[in-house]
Amino acid sequence: MREQLIRNLKVVYARLWVRVKGGNREPEWLIAELIIPMLTLSAYVYLYKMLNAPPEYGGFVIIGGTMVAFWSNVLWNMSAQFYWEKETGSLEVYLVAPISRMAILLGMALGGIVNTTLRAVAILVAGALIFQVPFALQEPLTALLMFFLTIIALYALGMLFASLFMLYGREAWHTASLLQEPVYLFSGLYFPVNQLPFVVQLVASLIPLTFGLDGIRRVIILGEGIADIWLNVAVLVVFILILLPLAKFALNYMENLGKKEGRLTLRWQ
Amino acid sequence: MKLPHSIETRDLTRIFKSKNETVKALDKVSLSIEEREIFGLLGPNGAGKTTFIKILTTLLLPTNGEAYVGGFNVIKEPDRVRKIISLVSGGETPGYGILSVRENLWFFSQLYGLSSTAAREKIKRLMADLDFEEYANTRMAKLSTGYRQRLNLARGLLSGPNILFLDEPTLGLDVLTAKKLRSYIVDWAKKEAKGTVLLTTHYMAEADEMCDRVAIIDRGRILACDSPSTLKENLKQKQIMRVEIASVQADFGFIDKMADVIGYSQTRNIQTGTTTLKIMVDNETAFAKIMRQLEKLKILSVSKAEPTLEDVYISLVGRGFEEGEASTSA
Ligand SMILES: Nc1ncnc2c1ncn2[C@@H]1O[C@H](COP(=O)(O)OP(=O)(O)OP(=O)(O)O)[C@@H](O)[C@H]1O
Ligand SMILES: [Mg+2]
Repeated sequence: MREQLIRNLKVVYARLWVRVKGGNREPEWLIAELIIPMLTLSAYVYLYKMLNAPPEYGGFVIIGGTMVAFWSNVLWNMSAQFYWEKETGSLEVYLVAPISRMAILLGMALGGIVNTTLRAVAILVAGALIFQVPFALQEPLTALLMFFLTIIALYALGMLFASLFMLYGREAWHTASLLQEPVYLFSGLYFPVNQLPFVVQLVASLIPLTFGLDGIRRVIILGEGIADIWLNVAVLVVFILILLPLAKFALNYMENLGKKEGRLTLRWQ
Repeated sequence: MKLPHSIETRDLTRIFKSKNETVKALDKVSLSIEEREIFGLLGPNGAGKTTFIKILTTLLLPTNGEAYVGGFNVIKEPDRVRKIISLVSGGETPGYGILSVRENLWFFSQLYGLSSTAAREKIKRLMADLDFEEYANTRMAKLSTGYRQRLNLARGLLSGPNILFLDEPTLGLDVLTAKKLRSYIVDWAKKEAKGTVLLTTHYMAEADEMCDRVAIIDRGRILACDSPSTLKENLKQKQIMRVEIASVQADFGFIDKMADVIGYSQTRNIQTGTTTLKIMVDNETAFAKIMRQLEKLKILSVSKAEPTLEDVYISLVGRGFEEGEASTSA
């Protein structure tokens, strides 16, 4: 039991290390990952300035841009890496090893967080300096709490997707790419959700990022505290309590289904 | 309950169903493999070799039957099985192209919880033994196939498994690298107190050279299982002739239909424009009759051949192993 836990923690660390090491070995990537989002962000910031929107909107966009970096690294890249590991034969090696599949995914996710933090900080600093976005942070701990709850919910969602990628590979890949942009829109990365039609808000509320983003913005830009955003916290906790066991179940279920149908390590499908 | 065999299967069956076809990849396979044995599964493409290995390595469930590895039931106790095995699939390169060889090996050592000193020492020793120390700091993406496969084998041995599964370990390798890996595997099995090797191959010479026992598998069924020498010994009373013909187009289908013919194989060599026939018959008269038919073609040479494992296969199935291709069993 204890021995197993230690082994799995080693796996988490090793997979994290691989992701960080691999992610920072090619500096070109870093440039692409910084410059392109910065350009997108500045476009929105200036758009809002032109429209004479209140200055908080600029702040919303900056926070959105920061969080999308985490979102794409923790969630999309985690599932996509699983797909690649299947293609290269690494997945087979993981599945034959006496380790938890969740440990591998957790390592990937944490590695993604480490890599993204650099990018996120850069965007925040640039936002504050270049675009003169007003920050009114009162409760840093609340901001951190919101941040971590959001990330955990994303990790659970990422595991859920990864279980699909394990079996469906290419098809899951296409669906995921198809979903990416609408999710960004609905979860309010670029617009505050309460400005969108009610139906859209309803759909958006199914995505944990929406609540996380809303909470983090209100804490950092509007200077609200835990008393104002307790609902966001509660919703995220509920998401996590549902998603984590569901993801664990899905991983198990998909692995067994794969073993039964014979498509666990089958490629070119 | 601990069973005496290292690997044991009973009536292991696997059926794959898809929309328009049903394939019986394994059909009631019952095999027992002992500790310290190098056991080979020899068969043509699609015979069921990989399917067999996947079930034993907990990647696939059987449709029917039972399988035990190290005494543990692969269906009910996969976690216990995983602790004592490792799997190396030829032609695959698990790992991360952007990381160096050493970094990749370190990563894989962590899947088995090795301490960093133990991992470092083991990695160093394996790289030295398998002759690729000079690539320790090379990115995996830059390695040639031969070195990737050395890395892959080193990865499989890193965790100190009792039972090593090798799925076509020398697939696509040059002769020298293949030889190196084969002899290393044989040494490993001799050295390890409990080392058992189950390897699949469609190279005859590989099975002959390495294995204590060989099972010949075709369309999911085990046709014969014994030591290579015994398998060949059983063919002593048959006649095996090798005929070389200056044509790559001729149709030899008639050979099968003649009396007292056990089977034949043909290997076409497009470059030289020749076909080599290996014909197995029960008696000389049958062979004389075939030669009369072949006289219409230009015969380059006729010789008597010593039985090989391929002939064992021909005697069981009636056809050659890799029809039409140049021989790969060199
Ligand atoms: N996951 C799968 N889904 C459907 N059919 C499969 C699957 N895996 C194998 N098969 C079929 O089962 C049969 C046996 O395949 P298997 O891969 O075990 O053969 P093999 O002996 O390893 O061949 P090769 O020398 O080509 O590797 C083949 O007909 C193959 O098409
Ligand atoms: Mg195979």
